[in-house]
Amino acid sequence: MLTGVPTVKQTAVYVYQTPVRIWHWVNALSITILAITGYLIANPLPTLPGEASDHYLMGNMRFFHFAAAYVFIVGFIFRIYWAIVGNSYSHQLFTLPFWRRSFWSELVHELRWYAFLEKEPRKYVGHNPLAHLFMVVIITVGGLVMIVTGLALYSEQTGLGSWQDELFGWVIPFVGQSQDVRMWHHWGMWVIVVFVMLHVYTAIREDIMSRQSLISTMISGWRMFKDDRP
Amino acid sequence: MAMTETFYEVMRRQGITRRSFLKFCSLTATALGLEPAFAGKIAEAMETKPRTPVLWLHGLECTCCSESFIRSAHPLASDVVLSMISLDYDDVIMASAGHQAEAILTEIREKYKGNYILAVEGNPPLNQDGMSCIIGGRPFVEQLKEVAADCKAVISWGSCASWGCVQAAHPNPTQAVPVHEVITDKPIIKVPGCPPIAEVMTGVITYMLTFDRIPELDRQGRPKMFYGQRIHDKCYRRPHFDAGQFVEDWDDEGARKGYCLYKMGCKGPTTYNACSTVRWNNGVSFPIQSGHGCIGCSEDGFWDKGSFYDHVTNTHVFGIEANADKVGIAAAGTVGAAVTAHAAVSAIQRIKQRAGEHHEENDKT
Repeated sequence: MLTGVPTVKQTAVYVYQTPVRIWHWVNALSITILAITGYLIANPLPTLPGEASDHYLMGNMRFFHFAAAYVFIVGFIFRIYWAIVGNSYSHQLFTLPFWRRSFWSELVHELRWYAFLEKEPRKYVGHNPLAHLFMVVIITVGGLVMIVTGLALYSEQTGLGSWQDELFGWVIPFVGQSQDVRMWHHWGMWVIVVFVMLHVYTAIREDIMSRQSLISTMISGWRMFKDDRP
Repeated sequence: MAMTETFYEVMRRQGITRRSFLKFCSLTATALGLEPAFAGKIAEAMETKPRTPVLWLHGLECTCCSESFIRSAHPLASDVVLSMISLDYDDVIMASAGHQAEAILTEIREKYKGNYILAVEGNPPLNQDGMSCIIGGRPFVEQLKEVAADCKAVISWGSCASWGCVQAAHPNPTQAVPVHEVITDKPIIKVPGCPPIAEVMTGVITYMLTFDRIPELDRQGRPKMFYGQRIHDKCYRRPHFDAGQFVEDWDDEGARKGYCLYKMGCKGPTTYNACSTVRWNNGVSFPIQSGHGCIGCSEDGFWDKGSFYDHVTNTHVFGIEANADKVGIAAAGTVGAAVTAHAAVSAIQRIKQRAGEHHEENDKT
């Protein structure tokens, strides 16, 4: 090693492995389809003229909703598997360091950064604490709630005795009745829509204003740091 | 119980011909979805089995279940079934009254201990020691508990007995509760609906007497054969739903053409009942066929689930009524505006910072 050369800090870390990146974009697509078709199932498009046999609009809408839902579910299960076999950053979606005090103090710091009260954000290789909290609550817990309520509603058409009914039919009397499950599933959609808005905005903003790369990381997998300071 | 008459004997005594009796047996077998051979089995059961006494109690209710039951439009069924089930006590339609009537309850309880069916229409209110419903000078809840103690099984007629219905709707001043919250040690068959369909009522009771067992029930205690599917699953307007053809207004072209009533708040997709197959009044019609959406009367707490005329109904949480779409759109709009404002402030901040850094650099040189 040559002397006199300043010790260069690591400026790039491989964070998101390929399967995680593929999952992210597939998930983004399925959520988009689910939200649009879901909204249109609850609030159908204007009536179509002609014979009933000329159209299959609601049928198709429901088909795309169910197809996207299965993609979302398979992705979710795969993501759990990857949390087990993947790198340490892949666990973050399923673990929240609830008892670690620094997590909460850093969370406050992050909130202050968004409130323009801090001059500079901290550097994070994985999620920052605020993002981490949101990911766990909305994507993991929220996603699970949507899967469970969604499969319970799906079991209504697959019928008594189907696997959806055997596994998730109990949800309907547990929540109240079918209409209640529908409404909670619908509320869930809006929660996720609002989350997506915040997620896209903060990702762009962080990419510009924070000290690390965000959007390109979800494409290439590499987290680039813009400075060498700690 | 050697002295007990069989169903057949009772029917013959009441002037029903053997021919009518056999017709009834085959029709019942068909109604229950059984193969032809079962007509003979039903006939045999009725000829040989002693009548099972049914005690029919009335709690807090409107008697619409009885009104429905006595209109069982099945040919002969109204006459035959009423004799057949050996309805030993039903304070609404029985001839005897007063102490004479109440004595029957005690008599049946002792004579047929563990062998009679208890049918309950309505439900017991628990507030003020049950004072909101008095039968024979005593709170209904006491009568219910006493009679239920020795019964074989309980049939909860209608949404009152099954779920609570209108008297249990918010704020439920009398604290009316469904039967299964008071009687916990007996099998309970829920036959919800406001009222239940007449043929569903007679079908359930015939099944229990014929096979001497309770019908197969779903998770919530309803007979699968009548409550296994939703109105929506068997609705004759379903093709219009799948096509995306809806009634948008009560007097529009779609309403005249008989399009799907989903947008008018039809609860067919969330309601488990047999209306779209068995229909009402001798199979003449049912709400959707007459142009009005299903209000979901056989579902738990249907009075408190928002408007009958909205598909996206209000959700009641913490005493606040809110519509998911309205709140969702408002929230998305607010967040959108907040994000835009935040982005603007961020940009200004950054320009300022840049300018500051520029100054510093200029100062250094």
